[in-house]
Amino acid sequence: MVQTPRFLPCGDGALTVEFGSTIDPDLNGKGLALDALLRASPPAGLIETVPTYRSLSLQFDPTIVDYDGLIRWLEEATQGLEPQSATGTRWRVPVVYGGEYGIDLEAVAERHGLTPSRLIELHSGAVYRIYMIGFLPGFAYLGGLDPRIATSRRTQPRSKVPSGSIMIGGEQAGIVPMEMPSGWHLLGRTPVLSYAPERDPAFLFAAGDEIVFEPVDASRWSELERAALAGEPVAEPVRA
Amino acid sequence: MTSLQDWGRLGYQRFGVSPSGAMDRRCLAMANALVGNGPEVAAIEFMNLGGSFACEGGELRLALVGAGSTATVNDAPVDPNTTIVLKDGDILQVGHARTGTFSYLAVAGGFRVAPQLGSLSFHPRSRLGGLNGAPLKAGDRLPCTPDAQQAAPMHLPLDPLEESGPIRVIMGPQDDYFTEEAIGTFLGSEFTVSPQADRMGFQLNGPRLDHEKGFNIVSDGIVDGHIQVPGSGLPIVLMRDRQTAGGYPKIATIISADLGRFAQMRPGSPVRFRAVPRAEAVAAARQLKEWLAALPSALVPLRFELTTEHLLGTNLIGGMVDALDPKLQDRTA
Repeated sequence: MVQTPRFLPCGDGALTVEFGSTIDPDLNGKGLALDALLRASPPAGLIETVPTYRSLSLQFDPTIVDYDGLIRWLEEATQGLEPQSATGTRWRVPVVYGGEYGIDLEAVAERHGLTPSRLIELHSGAVYRIYMIGFLPGFAYLGGLDPRIATSRRTQPRSKVPSGSIMIGGEQAGIVPMEMPSGWHLLGRTPVLSYAPERDPAFLFAAGDEIVFEPVDASRWSELERAALAGEPVAEPVRA
Repeated sequence: MTSLQDWGRLGYQRFGVSPSGAMDRRCLAMANALVGNGPEVAAIEFMNLGGSFACEGGELRLALVGAGSTATVNDAPVDPNTTIVLKDGDILQVGHARTGTFSYLAVAGGFRVAPQLGSLSFHPRSRLGGLNGAPLKAGDRLPCTPDAQQAAPMHLPLDPLEESGPIRVIMGPQDDYFTEEAIGTFLGSEFTVSPQADRMGFQLNGPRLDHEKGFNIVSDGIVDGHIQVPGSGLPIVLMRDRQTAGGYPKIATIISADLGRFAQMRPGSPVRFRAVPRAEAVAAARQLKEWLAALPSALVPLRFELTTEHLLGTNLIGGMVDALDPKLQDRTA
Protein backbone atom coordinates (compact mmCIF):
# COMPACT_ATOMS: atom_id res chain seq x y z
CA MET A 1 0.00 0.00 0.00
CA VAL A 2 1.43 3.32 -1.04
CA GLN A 3 0.50 6.11 1.34
CA THR A 4 1.84 9.58 0.69
CA PRO A 5 2.94 11.09 3.99
CA ARG A 6 1.78 14.59 4.92
CA PHE A 7 4.32 17.26 5.73
CA LEU A 8 2.86 19.38 8.52
CA PRO A 9 4.51 22.71 9.37
CA CYS A 10 5.38 23.23 13.04
CA GLY A 11 6.50 26.85 13.03
CA ASP A 12 9.69 27.88 11.25
CA GLY A 13 11.95 25.43 13.11
CA ALA A 14 10.18 22.10 12.70
CA LEU A 15 7.94 19.90 10.64
CA THR A 16 6.11 16.65 11.22
CA VAL A 17 6.12 13.89 8.63
CA GLU A 18 2.79 12.19 9.27
CA PHE A 19 2.37 8.68 7.93
CA GLY A 20 -1.16 8.20 9.25
CA SER A 21 -3.45 8.99 12.14
CA THR A 22 -3.76 5.67 13.96
CA ILE A 23 -1.67 3.41 16.19
CA ASP A 24 -0.30 0.93 13.69
CA PRO A 25 3.01 -0.96 13.56
CA ASP A 26 3.51 -0.20 9.84
CA LEU A 27 2.99 3.55 10.23
CA ASN A 28 5.30 3.53 13.25
CA GLY A 29 7.83 1.49 11.28
CA LYS A 30 7.86 4.02 8.45
CA GLY A 31 8.62 6.81 10.90
CA LEU A 32 11.47 4.77 12.33
CA ALA A 33 12.80 3.92 8.86
CA LEU A 34 12.85 7.60 7.91
CA ASP A 35 14.45 8.41 11.27
CA ALA A 36 17.26 5.96 10.49
CA LEU A 37 17.81 7.52 7.05
CA LEU A 38 18.00 11.04 8.49
CA ARG A 39 20.35 9.99 11.28
CA ALA A 40 22.64 8.27 8.80
CA SER A 41 22.98 11.42 6.69
CA PRO A 42 21.56 14.45 8.51
CA PRO A 43 20.89 17.50 6.32
CA ALA A 44 22.65 20.74 7.34
CA GLY A 45 20.81 22.48 10.18
CA LEU A 46 18.93 19.42 11.48
CA ILE A 47 18.91 19.54 15.31
CA GLU A 48 17.00 16.39 16.21
CA THR A 49 14.33 13.96 15.10
CA VAL A 50 11.59 12.58 17.34
CA PRO A 51 9.79 9.38 16.35
CA THR A 52 6.20 9.07 17.61
CA TYR A 53 3.41 6.51 17.08
CA ARG A 54 2.62 7.55 13.55
CA SER A 55 4.94 10.33 12.56
CA LEU A 56 8.46 11.67 12.70
CA SER A 57 9.11 15.20 13.91
CA LEU A 58 12.12 17.07 12.54
CA GLN A 59 13.47 20.04 14.46
CA PHE A 60 15.99 22.26 12.73
CA ASP A 61 17.64 25.67 12.63
CA PRO A 62 15.44 27.65 10.20
CA THR A 63 18.34 29.96 9.30
CA ILE A 64 20.48 27.04 8.06
CA VAL A 65 18.14 24.41 6.65
CA ASP A 66 17.17 24.54 2.97
CA TYR A 67 13.45 23.94 3.58
CA ASP A 68 12.32 23.37 0.00
CA GLY A 69 15.29 21.09 -0.58
CA LEU A 70 14.45 19.19 2.61
CA ILE A 71 10.84 18.68 1.51
CA ARG A 72 12.00 17.40 -1.90
CA TRP A 73 14.44 15.04 -0.18
CA LEU A 74 11.69 13.80 2.17
CA GLU A 75 9.25 13.28 -0.70
CA GLU A 76 11.79 11.12 -2.46
CA ALA A 77 12.94 9.28 0.66
CA THR A 78 9.39 8.37 1.69
CA GLN A 79 8.45 7.00 -1.77
CA GLY A 80 8.09 3.26 -1.26
CA LEU A 81 9.66 3.50 2.19
CA GLU A 82 9.63 0.08 3.85
CA PRO A 83 8.49 0.09 7.48
CA GLN A 84 11.31 -0.74 9.84
CA SER A 85 10.08 -3.82 11.65
CA ALA A 86 11.56 -5.25 14.79
CA THR A 87 15.13 -4.53 13.85
CA GLY A 88 15.78 -3.03 17.25
CA THR A 89 16.89 -4.92 20.33
CA ARG A 90 14.50 -7.35 22.02
CA TRP A 91 14.78 -6.98 25.78
CA ARG A 92 13.80 -9.54 28.43
CA VAL A 93 12.54 -7.59 31.42
CA PRO A 94 12.05 -9.39 34.77
CA VAL A 95 8.77 -8.57 36.53
CA VAL A 96 7.44 -9.40 39.98
CA TYR A 97 3.66 -9.58 39.44
CA GLY A 98 0.90 -8.86 41.96
CA GLY A 99 0.93 -8.19 45.69
CA GLU A 100 2.62 -4.99 46.75
CA TYR A 101 4.43 -4.97 43.38
CA GLY A 102 1.26 -4.88 41.28
CA ILE A 103 -1.64 -3.71 43.41
CA ASP A 104 -4.21 -3.79 40.59
CA LEU A 105 -3.46 -7.32 39.35
CA GLU A 106 -6.35 -9.05 41.15
CA ALA A 107 -8.92 -6.36 40.32
CA VAL A 108 -7.96 -6.37 36.63
CA ALA A 109 -8.09 -10.19 36.53
CA GLU A 110 -11.52 -10.15 38.14
CA ARG A 111 -12.75 -7.52 35.67
CA HIS A 112 -11.90 -9.86 32.77
CA GLY A 113 -13.12 -13.02 34.53
CA LEU A 114 -9.60 -14.41 34.68
CA THR A 115 -7.48 -15.86 37.46
CA PRO A 116 -4.47 -13.71 38.37
CA SER A 117 -2.11 -16.38 37.04
CA ARG A 118 -3.93 -16.46 33.68
CA LEU A 119 -3.67 -12.66 33.49
CA ILE A 120 0.09 -12.93 34.16
CA GLU A 121 0.32 -15.58 31.44
CA LEU A 122 -1.43 -13.36 28.90
CA HIS A 123 0.56 -10.27 29.85
CA SER A 124 3.95 -11.99 29.84
CA GLY A 125 3.14 -14.11 26.78
CA ALA A 126 3.18 -11.21 24.33
CA VAL A 127 5.99 -9.48 22.46
CA TYR A 128 5.63 -5.72 22.86
CA ARG A 129 6.87 -3.10 20.47
CA ILE A 130 8.15 0.24 21.74
CA TYR A 131 6.19 2.70 19.60
CA MET A 132 7.71 5.74 21.17
CA ILE A 133 9.33 7.17 24.25
CA GLY A 134 7.74 10.23 25.77
CA PHE A 135 5.83 11.85 28.62
CA LEU A 136 8.88 11.41 30.88
CA PRO A 137 12.51 10.48 30.23
CA GLY A 138 12.55 6.79 29.32
CA PHE A 139 8.78 6.17 29.48
CA ALA A 140 8.15 3.53 26.82
CA TYR A 141 4.73 3.37 25.15
CA LEU A 142 4.24 -0.32 24.31
CA GLY A 143 1.94 -1.82 21.70
CA GLY A 144 1.12 -5.51 21.50
CA LEU A 145 -1.07 -5.99 24.57
CA ASP A 146 -3.36 -9.02 24.23
CA PRO A 147 -6.77 -7.44 23.41
CA ARG A 148 -8.40 -9.81 25.90
CA ILE A 149 -6.79 -7.89 28.76
CA ALA A 150 -7.16 -4.34 27.40
CA THR A 151 -8.50 -2.34 30.35
CA SER A 152 -9.84 1.21 30.22
CA ARG A 153 -7.98 3.64 32.42
CA ARG A 154 -8.90 4.34 36.04
CA THR A 155 -11.46 7.11 36.46
CA GLN A 156 -9.30 8.55 39.23
CA PRO A 157 -5.63 8.75 38.23
CA ARG A 158 -3.11 8.18 41.02
CA SER A 159 -0.84 11.09 41.81
CA LYS A 160 2.12 8.74 42.26
CA VAL A 161 2.98 5.32 40.90
CA PRO A 162 6.36 3.82 41.80
CA SER A 163 9.33 3.65 39.47
CA GLY A 164 9.50 0.34 37.58
CA SER A 165 5.72 -0.18 37.59
CA ILE A 166 4.48 -2.41 34.79
CA MET A 167 1.17 -0.90 33.75
CA ILE A 168 -1.63 -1.27 31.25
CA GLY A 169 -4.03 1.46 30.14
CA GLY A 170 -6.55 0.87 27.38
CA GLU A 171 -4.75 -1.17 24.72
CA GLN A 172 -1.37 0.17 25.74
CA ALA A 173 1.25 -1.06 28.13
CA GLY A 174 4.10 0.80 29.74
CA ILE A 175 7.17 0.65 31.97
CA VAL A 176 7.47 3.50 34.46
CA PRO A 177 10.95 5.08 34.49
CA MET A 178 10.51 7.16 37.64
CA GLU A 179 7.77 7.95 40.14
CA MET A 180 5.00 9.68 38.18
CA PRO A 181 1.25 10.31 38.13
CA SER A 182 -0.81 7.80 36.15
CA GLY A 183 -4.31 6.47 35.60
CA TRP A 184 -3.11 3.12 34.28
CA HIS A 185 -3.41 -0.21 36.14
CA LEU A 186 -0.39 -1.61 37.98
CA LEU A 187 0.17 -5.31 37.29
CA GLY A 188 3.72 -5.67 38.58
CA ARG A 189 7.05 -4.02 39.01
CA THR A 190 10.51 -4.43 37.53
CA PRO A 191 13.78 -3.41 39.15
CA VAL A 192 15.01 -2.42 35.67
CA LEU A 193 15.67 1.31 35.37
CA SER A 194 14.87 2.27 31.80
CA TYR A 195 16.47 5.62 32.62
CA ALA A 196 19.40 6.12 35.00
CA PRO A 197 21.19 9.48 34.56
CA GLU A 198 24.48 8.23 36.03
CA ARG A 199 24.59 5.03 33.95
CA ASP A 200 26.12 4.69 30.50
CA PRO A 201 23.88 4.40 28.54
CA ALA A 202 21.43 6.55 30.52
CA PHE A 203 18.53 5.20 28.43
CA LEU A 204 18.14 1.44 27.88
CA PHE A 205 15.28 1.36 25.40
CA ALA A 206 14.68 3.11 22.10
CA ALA A 207 11.63 3.40 19.85
CA GLY A 208 11.53 0.30 17.65
CA ASP A 209 12.91 -2.03 20.32
CA GLU A 210 10.87 -4.95 21.61
CA ILE A 211 10.08 -6.02 25.16
CA VAL A 212 9.18 -9.41 26.60
CA PHE A 213 8.27 -9.71 30.28
CA GLU A 214 9.63 -12.57 32.36
CA PRO A 215 7.74 -13.32 35.60
CA VAL A 216 10.15 -13.71 38.51
CA ASP A 217 9.56 -14.54 42.15
CA ALA A 218 9.38 -11.74 44.74
CA SER A 219 12.31 -13.38 46.55
CA ARG A 220 14.62 -12.18 43.75
CA TRP A 221 13.57 -8.53 44.02
CA SER A 222 16.32 -7.27 46.37
CA GLU A 223 19.13 -8.96 44.47
CA LEU A 224 17.93 -7.59 41.08
CA GLU A 225 17.22 -4.16 42.51
CA ARG A 226 20.76 -3.96 43.97
CA ALA A 227 22.21 -4.83 40.57
CA ALA A 228 20.07 -2.19 38.84
CA LEU A 229 21.02 0.49 41.35
CA ALA A 230 24.68 -0.44 40.85
CA GLY A 231 24.28 0.48 37.19
CA GLU A 232 23.67 -2.94 35.63
CA PRO A 233 20.98 -3.06 32.94
CA VAL A 234 19.25 -6.15 34.52
CA ALA A 235 17.11 -6.23 31.36
CA GLU A 236 18.77 -8.71 29.01
CA PRO A 237 19.02 -8.24 25.27
CA VAL A 238 17.75 -11.58 23.91
CA ARG A 239 18.25 -10.50 20.32
CA ALA A 240 20.42 -7.60 19.31
CA MET B 1 10.71 29.23 40.21
CA THR B 2 14.34 30.32 40.14
CA SER B 3 16.63 27.93 38.29
CA LEU B 4 19.68 27.57 36.10
CA GLN B 5 18.81 27.74 32.38
CA ASP B 6 20.90 27.75 29.23
CA TRP B 7 20.02 27.27 25.53
CA GLY B 8 18.34 23.96 26.38
CA ARG B 9 18.98 20.24 26.35
CA LEU B 10 18.92 19.33 22.68
CA GLY B 11 18.99 15.87 21.16
CA TYR B 12 17.18 13.81 23.81
CA GLN B 13 13.53 14.29 22.92
CA ARG B 14 13.53 10.82 21.35
CA PHE B 15 14.05 9.53 24.90
CA GLY B 16 11.26 11.67 26.32
CA VAL B 17 13.49 14.45 27.66
CA SER B 18 12.07 17.98 27.25
CA PRO B 19 14.57 20.54 25.94
CA SER B 20 13.87 23.17 28.66
CA GLY B 21 16.19 26.19 28.44
CA ALA B 22 15.77 29.94 28.87
CA MET B 23 12.24 31.23 28.29
CA ASP B 24 13.65 34.43 26.75
CA ARG B 25 16.90 33.72 24.94
CA ARG B 26 17.31 37.41 24.03
CA CYS B 27 17.64 38.44 27.67
CA LEU B 28 19.86 35.47 28.54
CA ALA B 29 22.18 36.40 25.66
CA MET B 30 22.27 40.07 26.74
CA ALA B 31 23.18 39.16 30.34
CA ASN B 32 25.91 36.85 29.02
CA ALA B 33 27.26 39.48 26.59
CA LEU B 34 27.65 41.96 29.47
CA VAL B 35 30.03 39.57 31.24
CA GLY B 36 31.85 38.38 28.12
CA ASN B 37 30.16 34.96 27.86
CA GLY B 38 28.78 33.28 24.77
CA PRO B 39 24.98 33.74 24.39
CA GLU B 40 24.06 30.20 25.45
CA VAL B 41 25.93 29.98 28.78
CA ALA B 42 23.72 29.01 31.75
CA ALA B 43 22.46 31.82 33.97
CA ILE B 44 20.04 32.08 36.87
CA GLU B 45 16.52 32.52 35.50
CA PHE B 46 14.07 34.35 37.78
CA MET B 47 10.36 33.85 37.20
CA ASN B 48 8.67 36.90 38.74
CA LEU B 49 10.43 36.71 42.11
CA GLY B 50 13.95 37.96 42.74
CA GLY B 51 16.48 36.89 45.32
CA SER B 52 19.40 37.82 47.51
CA PHE B 53 22.96 36.71 46.80
CA ALA B 54 26.17 37.00 48.81
CA CYS B 55 29.54 36.95 47.08
CA GLU B 56 32.10 34.78 48.85
CA GLY B 57 35.80 34.22 48.32
CA GLY B 58 36.67 36.76 45.63
CA GLU B 59 35.47 39.22 43.06
CA LEU B 60 32.69 38.43 40.57
CA ARG B 61 31.35 40.14 37.47
CA LEU B 62 27.63 39.60 36.94
CA ALA B 63 24.83 41.08 34.86
CA LEU B 64 21.06 41.12 35.33
CA VAL B 65 18.85 41.52 32.26
CA GLY B 66 15.17 40.91 31.78
CA ALA B 67 11.77 41.80 33.07
CA GLY B 68 12.59 45.20 34.56
CA SER B 69 13.84 43.66 37.80
CA THR B 70 15.78 46.20 39.85
CA ALA B 71 18.99 45.33 41.65
CA THR B 72 20.99 46.73 44.53
CA VAL B 73 24.50 46.02 45.77
CA ASN B 74 24.75 46.58 49.51
CA ASP B 75 21.48 48.55 49.21
CA ALA B 76 22.85 50.92 46.54
CA PRO B 77 20.85 50.78 43.29
CA VAL B 78 22.51 49.35 40.18
CA ASP B 79 21.72 50.70 36.71
CA PRO B 80 19.77 48.25 34.57
CA ASN B 81 21.57 46.21 31.88
CA THR B 82 25.04 46.91 33.25
CA THR B 83 27.88 44.76 34.47
CA ILE B 84 27.78 44.42 38.24
CA VAL B 85 31.07 43.92 40.09
CA LEU B 86 30.77 42.19 43.45
CA LYS B 87 33.55 42.04 46.01
CA ASP B 88 33.94 39.46 48.72
CA GLY B 89 31.10 39.98 51.20
CA ASP B 90 28.92 42.16 48.93
CA ILE B 91 25.18 41.46 48.90
CA LEU B 92 23.30 41.60 45.58
CA GLN B 93 19.53 41.96 45.86
CA VAL B 94 17.40 41.24 42.80
CA GLY B 95 13.87 42.65 42.86
CA HIS B 96 10.72 41.15 41.38
CA ALA B 97 9.79 41.36 37.70
CA ARG B 98 8.00 44.54 36.64
CA THR B 99 7.73 44.77 32.86
CA GLY B 100 7.76 41.05 32.03
CA THR B 101 8.18 37.69 33.76
CA PHE B 102 11.70 36.34 33.22
CA SER B 103 15.06 37.87 34.17
CA TYR B 104 18.56 36.44 33.91
CA LEU B 105 21.59 36.81 36.17
CA ALA B 106 24.76 35.77 34.36
CA VAL B 107 28.25 35.47 35.84
CA ALA B 108 31.51 35.92 33.95
CA GLY B 109 32.85 32.47 33.03
CA GLY B 110 29.59 30.76 33.97
CA PHE B 111 28.61 28.63 36.95
CA ARG B 112 30.87 25.72 37.81
CA VAL B 113 28.11 23.10 37.83
CA ALA B 114 28.30 19.80 35.94
CA PRO B 115 25.90 19.58 32.99
CA GLN B 116 23.47 16.65 32.74
CA LEU B 117 22.82 15.29 29.25
CA GLY B 118 24.76 18.23 27.88
CA SER B 119 22.93 21.06 29.65
CA LEU B 120 22.57 22.87 32.96
CA SER B 121 18.90 23.66 32.29
CA PHE B 122 16.73 22.49 35.16
CA HIS B 123 13.67 20.44 34.17
CA PRO B 124 11.35 19.53 37.06
CA ARG B 125 9.69 16.37 35.69
CA SER B 126 12.98 14.85 34.56
CA ARG B 127 14.79 16.01 37.69
CA LEU B 128 17.62 16.97 35.38
CA GLY B 129 19.97 19.94 35.41
CA GLY B 130 20.01 22.84 37.82
CA LEU B 131 21.89 22.47 41.06
CA ASN B 132 21.79 18.73 41.92
CA GLY B 133 18.65 18.24 39.83
CA ALA B 134 16.75 20.98 41.68
CA PRO B 135 15.72 24.61 41.33
CA LEU B 136 17.61 27.17 43.42
CA LYS B 137 16.56 27.68 47.03
CA ALA B 138 17.70 29.78 49.97
CA GLY B 139 20.98 28.51 51.38
CA ASP B 140 22.30 27.04 48.10
CA ARG B 141 25.90 27.78 47.18
CA LEU B 142 26.63 28.22 43.49
CA PRO B 143 30.30 27.77 42.57
CA CYS B 144 31.49 30.23 39.92
CA THR B 145 34.35 29.92 37.48
CA PRO B 146 37.25 32.21 38.46
CA ASP B 147 37.02 35.39 36.41
CA ALA B 148 40.04 35.45 34.13
CA GLN B 149 39.09 38.51 32.09
CA GLN B 150 38.73 41.28 34.70
CA ALA B 151 37.19 43.29 31.88
CA ALA B 152 35.78 46.78 32.37
CA PRO B 153 32.09 47.07 33.33
CA MET B 154 29.81 47.56 30.35
CA HIS B 155 26.30 48.70 29.51
CA LEU B 156 23.88 47.40 26.85
CA PRO B 157 21.55 50.20 25.76
CA LEU B 158 18.84 47.81 24.49
CA ASP B 159 15.47 46.69 25.83
CA PRO B 160 13.91 43.82 23.90
CA LEU B 161 10.86 44.04 26.17
CA GLU B 162 9.85 47.27 24.43
CA GLU B 163 8.90 45.33 21.27
CA SER B 164 5.16 45.10 20.66
CA GLY B 165 2.60 44.09 18.04
CA PRO B 166 0.78 40.84 17.35
CA ILE B 167 2.58 37.54 17.99
CA ARG B 168 3.37 35.96 14.64
CA VAL B 169 2.40 32.34 13.99
CA ILE B 170 2.61 29.78 11.22
CA MET B 171 -0.69 27.90 10.92
CA GLY B 172 -0.66 24.16 11.61
CA PRO B 173 0.19 21.37 12.13
CA GLN B 174 -3.46 20.50 12.88
CA ASP B 175 -5.33 23.65 11.79
CA ASP B 176 -7.52 21.30 9.70
CA TYR B 177 -9.02 19.98 12.97
CA PHE B 178 -10.77 23.32 13.52
CA THR B 179 -13.84 24.95 12.00
CA GLU B 180 -13.35 27.92 9.68
CA GLU B 181 -15.02 30.08 12.33
CA ALA B 182 -12.48 28.91 14.91
CA ILE B 183 -9.57 29.88 12.64
CA GLY B 184 -11.18 33.29 12.09
CA THR B 185 -11.71 33.71 15.83
CA PHE B 186 -8.14 32.67 16.60
CA LEU B 187 -6.65 35.24 14.20
CA GLY B 188 -9.23 37.97 14.74
CA SER B 189 -9.71 38.07 18.51
CA GLU B 190 -7.85 39.34 21.51
CA PHE B 191 -6.84 36.75 24.10
CA THR B 192 -5.36 37.36 27.52
CA VAL B 193 -2.58 35.46 29.25
CA SER B 194 -4.18 33.64 32.20
CA PRO B 195 -2.53 33.25 35.62
CA GLN B 196 -1.97 29.57 34.65
CA ALA B 197 1.31 30.38 32.95
CA ASP B 198 4.56 28.63 33.76
CA ARG B 199 7.61 27.20 32.03
CA MET B 200 5.52 24.30 30.63
CA GLY B 201 2.78 26.35 29.04
CA PHE B 202 0.69 29.52 29.01
CA GLN B 203 -3.07 29.07 29.18
CA LEU B 204 -4.94 31.82 27.32
CA ASN B 205 -8.38 33.21 28.12
CA GLY B 206 -10.68 34.41 25.37
CA PRO B 207 -13.25 33.09 22.93
CA ARG B 208 -13.55 29.30 22.59
CA LEU B 209 -12.06 27.68 19.51
CA ASP B 210 -14.30 24.88 18.24
CA HIS B 211 -12.91 21.66 16.85
CA GLU B 212 -14.35 20.20 13.70
CA LYS B 213 -12.87 16.71 14.07
CA GLY B 214 -12.76 16.22 17.85
CA PHE B 215 -9.95 17.04 20.19
CA ASN B 216 -8.11 13.76 20.58
CA ILE B 217 -5.35 12.82 18.20
CA VAL B 218 -2.85 9.99 18.53
CA SER B 219 0.14 11.64 20.21
CA ASP B 220 2.62 13.27 17.87
CA GLY B 221 5.66 15.48 18.30
CA ILE B 222 5.56 18.85 20.05
CA VAL B 223 7.78 21.90 19.60
CA ASP B 224 8.21 25.12 21.58
CA GLY B 225 5.46 27.59 20.67
CA HIS B 226 2.85 25.05 19.60
CA ILE B 227 -0.64 26.35 20.37
CA GLN B 228 -2.72 23.35 21.38
CA VAL B 229 -6.44 23.45 21.96
CA PRO B 230 -7.88 20.85 24.36
CA GLY B 231 -11.59 20.10 24.80
CA SER B 232 -12.21 23.33 26.72
CA GLY B 233 -11.61 25.25 23.47
CA LEU B 234 -9.14 27.54 25.24
CA PRO B 235 -5.66 27.56 23.72
CA ILE B 236 -2.50 26.65 25.62
CA VAL B 237 0.87 27.79 24.26
CA LEU B 238 3.48 25.10 24.93
CA MET B 239 6.74 26.49 26.27
CA ARG B 240 10.26 25.22 27.00
CA ASP B 241 9.37 22.64 29.70
CA ARG B 242 6.62 21.09 27.54
CA GLN B 243 6.43 17.35 26.99
CA THR B 244 7.99 15.82 23.89
CA ALA B 245 4.71 14.48 22.46
CA GLY B 246 1.06 15.17 23.03
CA GLY B 247 -2.45 14.30 21.93
CA TYR B 248 -4.32 17.59 21.42
CA PRO B 249 -4.63 19.30 18.02
CA LYS B 250 -2.28 22.25 17.52
CA ILE B 251 -3.91 25.10 15.61
CA ALA B 252 -0.72 27.09 14.99
CA THR B 253 2.88 27.59 16.13
CA ILE B 254 4.49 30.81 17.36
CA ILE B 255 7.49 31.63 15.18
CA SER B 256 10.86 31.19 16.88
CA ALA B 257 11.73 34.91 16.73
CA ASP B 258 8.60 35.89 18.70
CA LEU B 259 8.72 33.21 21.40
CA GLY B 260 10.87 35.21 23.84
CA ARG B 261 8.60 38.22 23.50
CA PHE B 262 5.52 36.05 24.13
CA ALA B 263 7.19 34.45 27.17
CA GLN B 264 7.56 37.88 28.79
CA MET B 265 3.81 38.62 28.62
CA ARG B 266 2.43 38.83 32.13
CA PRO B 267 -0.90 37.33 33.23
CA GLY B 268 -3.67 39.67 32.09
CA SER B 269 -1.68 40.91 29.08
CA PRO B 270 -3.70 41.11 25.87
CA VAL B 271 -2.34 39.03 22.99
CA ARG B 272 -3.26 38.86 19.34
CA PHE B 273 -1.96 36.41 16.73
CA ARG B 274 -1.07 37.11 13.11
CA ALA B 275 -0.49 34.31 10.59
CA VAL B 276 2.65 34.81 8.51
CA PRO B 277 4.14 32.90 5.61
CA ARG B 278 7.19 30.76 6.27
CA ALA B 279 9.50 33.24 4.47
CA GLU B 280 8.63 36.02 6.94
CA ALA B 281 9.26 33.70 9.91
CA VAL B 282 12.65 32.65 8.53
CA ALA B 283 13.60 36.28 7.85
CA ALA B 284 12.69 37.12 11.46
CA ALA B 285 14.73 34.14 12.71
CA ARG B 286 17.74 35.41 10.69
CA GLN B 287 17.27 38.90 12.10
CA LEU B 288 17.22 37.56 15.65
CA LYS B 289 20.31 35.45 15.00
CA GLU B 290 22.17 38.54 13.70
CA TRP B 291 20.93 40.60 16.65
CA LEU B 292 22.27 37.96 19.06
CA ALA B 293 25.61 37.79 17.25
CA ALA B 294 25.96 41.60 17.32
CA LEU B 295 25.41 41.93 21.09
CA PRO B 296 29.13 42.06 22.00
CA SER B 297 29.65 44.95 19.56
CA ALA B 298 26.68 46.82 21.05
CA LEU B 299 28.37 47.02 24.46
CA VAL B 300 29.19 50.50 25.72
CA PRO B 301 31.84 51.06 28.42
CA LEU B 302 30.03 51.80 31.66
CA ARG B 303 32.46 54.48 32.87
CA PHE B 304 31.48 56.85 30.03
CA GLU B 305 27.79 56.13 30.46
CA LEU B 306 28.01 56.69 34.18
CA THR B 307 29.70 60.06 33.72
CA THR B 308 26.96 61.29 31.41
CA GLU B 309 24.21 60.07 33.67
CA HIS B 310 25.95 61.44 36.71
CA LEU B 311 26.15 64.86 35.08
CA LEU B 312 22.50 64.72 34.07
CA GLY B 313 21.55 63.73 37.57
CA THR B 314 23.35 66.66 39.18
CA ASN B 315 22.26 69.35 36.70
CA LEU B 316 25.87 70.08 35.75
CA ILE B 317 24.98 69.26 32.15
CA GLY B 318 23.10 72.55 31.96
CA GLY B 319 26.23 74.44 32.86
CA MET B 320 28.20 72.54 30.23
CA VAL B 321 25.69 73.42 27.53
CA ASP B 322 25.89 77.02 28.61
CA ALA B 323 29.62 76.94 28.30
CA LEU B 324 29.50 75.54 24.79
CA ASP B 325 26.74 77.69 23.35
CA PRO B 326 27.65 81.36 23.02
CA LYS B 327 24.00 82.46 22.75
CA LEU B 328 23.06 80.63 25.93
CA GLN B 329 26.22 81.86 27.55
CA ASP B 330 25.13 85.42 26.85
CA ARG B 331 21.74 84.82 28.31
CA THR B 332 22.99 83.30 31.52
CA ALA B 333 25.86 85.70 31.99
